[in-house]
Amino acid sequence: MTKSPAPAKDVTAMSVDPETVSAGAEAGAVIALRGAAATVGGRTLWSGVDLTVRSGEFVAVLGPNGVGKSTLIKVLLGTLPSAAGTVSVLGRRPGGAGERIGYLPQRRNFDASLRIRGIDIVRLGLDGDRWGIPIPGAARFSAQRRAQQARVREVIDLVGASAYAHRPIGALSGGEQQRLLIAQALVRRPGLLLLDEPLDSLDLPNQASVAALIHRICREANVAVVMVAHDVNPILPYLDRVVYIASGGAACGTPQEVITTETLTRLYSTPVEVLRTSDGRLVVVGGPEAPALHTDRHAHADQRPERQGADRHAG
Amino acid sequence: MPGNPAWSLSWNVVRDIQEMWSLPSMVNAYRAGTIIAVTAGVVGWFMVLRRQTFAGHTISLAGFPGAAGAVLLGVASGYGYFGFCVAAALVIAYGTRPGNREPGNESALTGVVQAFALACGMLFVSLYGGFLNQVDNLLFGNILGITDGDVIVLAAVAVAVLGAMAAIGRPLLFASVDPDVARARGVPVRLLGALFLVLLGAATAEVSQITGSLLVFALLVMPAATAQIITARPGLSLLLTVLIGLVVSWVGFAFAYFTSYPIGFYITTFAFGAYVLAYLVRGAGPALAARVSRPRSSPDPAKAVGAA
Repeated sequence: MTKSPAPAKDVTAMSVDPETVSAGAEAGAVIALRGAAATVGGRTLWSGVDLTVRSGEFVAVLGPNGVGKSTLIKVLLGTLPSAAGTVSVLGRRPGGAGERIGYLPQRRNFDASLRIRGIDIVRLGLDGDRWGIPIPGAARFSAQRRAQQARVREVIDLVGASAYAHRPIGALSGGEQQRLLIAQALVRRPGLLLLDEPLDSLDLPNQASVAALIHRICREANVAVVMVAHDVNPILPYLDRVVYIASGGAACGTPQEVITTETLTRLYSTPVEVLRTSDGRLVVVGGPEAPALHTDRHAHADQRPERQGADRHAG
Repeated sequence: MPGNPAWSLSWNVVRDIQEMWSLPSMVNAYRAGTIIAVTAGVVGWFMVLRRQTFAGHTISLAGFPGAAGAVLLGVASGYGYFGFCVAAALVIAYGTRPGNREPGNESALTGVVQAFALACGMLFVSLYGGFLNQVDNLLFGNILGITDGDVIVLAAVAVAVLGAMAAIGRPLLFASVDPDVARARGVPVRLLGALFLVLLGAATAEVSQITGSLLVFALLVMPAATAQIITARPGLSLLLTVLIGLVVSWVGFAFAYFTSYPIGFYITTFAFGAYVLAYLVRGAGPALAARVSRPRSSPDPAKAVGAA
C-alpha cells in the first residue's frame, strides 16, 4: 500500500521468493491490486491500494463504517470498476472469473416465511445460473446429476449443516443460515471466497465457530479468503494479513504490524491507541469509530459516504 | 347453470358428469379451466415466492378497464384482458426498475396504477350504458360462452408462457430467493424480473376470463400459498400448486353448473378451504404427532403394572 507505513508495505512482497517478486507476484496470486482506487458518486473512498493474496491465505478488510470495505469487494467482483491502477482476480480482470469466486453478500437474512429448504439454496449456488429447469428424476439416468447431488451433500457436511439443511431456510437461526450460505459460496470449489461481514448479527459463540469454520475451509480447501469484518477479534488468531482502510488511506500487513497505535494514528490522522487485553484481544481506543463496536451497521453504509466522512473529520 | 333448462342433479355422479359435458360450452369451460389452472399455478407459485402479490393484484384490476373497453368497442373481452394486463405489467416493471429505488416507491406506484385502472373501468362501463350485468361478469367471472376460438387463444398463450417459464425457471428461482448472489453469478436479475412481470400479466389475463378481475387470486395465489405451506421442496411445491388449481377449478365448474351461484364464488371458496385446511394441519401437525406418540409409550408402564 502506498501512503501506508513502511513496515506494512513490504509484507506482501515478503510472502514470496525474492526472485519471483517482480515477475511472478502477479502470476501466482489469486488477487493482485496495484494502485487501485474506488470512486463512488465522485468521491474517492480509497486510493493507492496494493494488495496480493495467494491461495490458502485468510485476509481481513477492516475499518470504520462507510469507508469503502464493501466497495473493495465490489471492485474484486467487477461490479464496480477500479478508478485507477490495475486489478487482477484469479489471473483475469475483475468479473472475468465469476465462476471461480464464492461470494457472500452483507447481512442477508432470509424472510422467516420463505418456504425454500437450505439444501435448495446451496443447490442454486451450484447451477442456479443455468437456464431451463432441472428435469425431475434425472439423477436416475445422469451421472452428472448424481455428482452434483453428491457435491451439495459434501459441502453441507463440510460446514456441519447436515442436521438442518432440509428445513425451510427462513426457519433457521442466523448462524445456521450463515453456514448454509458459506456452503452455497463453496459449492463450486471456488479459488477465492469474498465474504462481506459474515459474522455480523451472529451471537458470540456463533461468531467464534463460524470464524473457525472459515479458517478450516481456507486451509483444507486451499481457498483464498477475503473477509470484510467489523470486529477483528473473532478472526484475529486465524488471520494471515489485514487490510485496514480509513480516511482515504489504507494499510496492509500482518495484524501485529497494522493494528498498532502508530499505524492507526497515521491512518486516521488523529491519536488512536490500540490496547491488548489479557486474553490477546485488541481494542482500538480513540478512533472515530472503533472496530469493536457493533452499533449502527447498515447495508448501504457505503452509499452515504458524505455524511459519515464529515462526522469523521469533525471527530 | 341458472336458466339452463337441461340441468338436473341426480345422485349418479357419472351420469351428472356425462350430462354436464354434453353441453359444448361446459366442455370448453373445462378445457379453458384446465389450461388456466396450469398456467396460473406455475406463474402464481413464483409470484407468491417473490412476494409480488400486490403487483399481481394491480395487474388483475387493470384487466377490468381492458375488458370493459373491449366490450365497449365490440371486441372480445379476452383481448382487452391481455392488452391491459400486459401493459400494466410493463408499467410496473418500468416504474420499479432498479435505479429509482426508493423505499415504498414500488408499492406506491403499483397503488397509483391500480386506482387509475379501476377508475377507467368504471368510466368504460358507464360509457357503454345499459347492460350492467356485464360488469358482474368482468369482476366476478363467468364460464358461459367460452368458444372453441377462445380455448385456442388461451392454449396458445399458455404454451408461450409455460415455455418461457421453463426456459427461465431456475435462474428466476435463484434471482427470486437470493438476488445478490445471483447477480454476482451473472444472472440478469433485472431482466428476469421484468420478463416475469410480463408473464404474470399474460397469466393474469387468462385467469381473469374465468374468475373475473377481482377473484384472480383464487387461482393465482391460493393454490401456490397452500402448496408452500405443505412443503418447502420447490419441485413438489410447484406440482402441488398445479394439482390444487386443477382440482379446485374442476370441482368449481361442476358446482357452478348444478347450482345457480357464480363460478368465481366456488373456485375461491374451494381454494380458500384448501388453504385453511393446509394451515390447520400444519399448525396441528406437531400437536397431533405428540398426542399419537404419547399413548404409544404409556401402555408399557401399564403392562408392567399389570404383570406385577
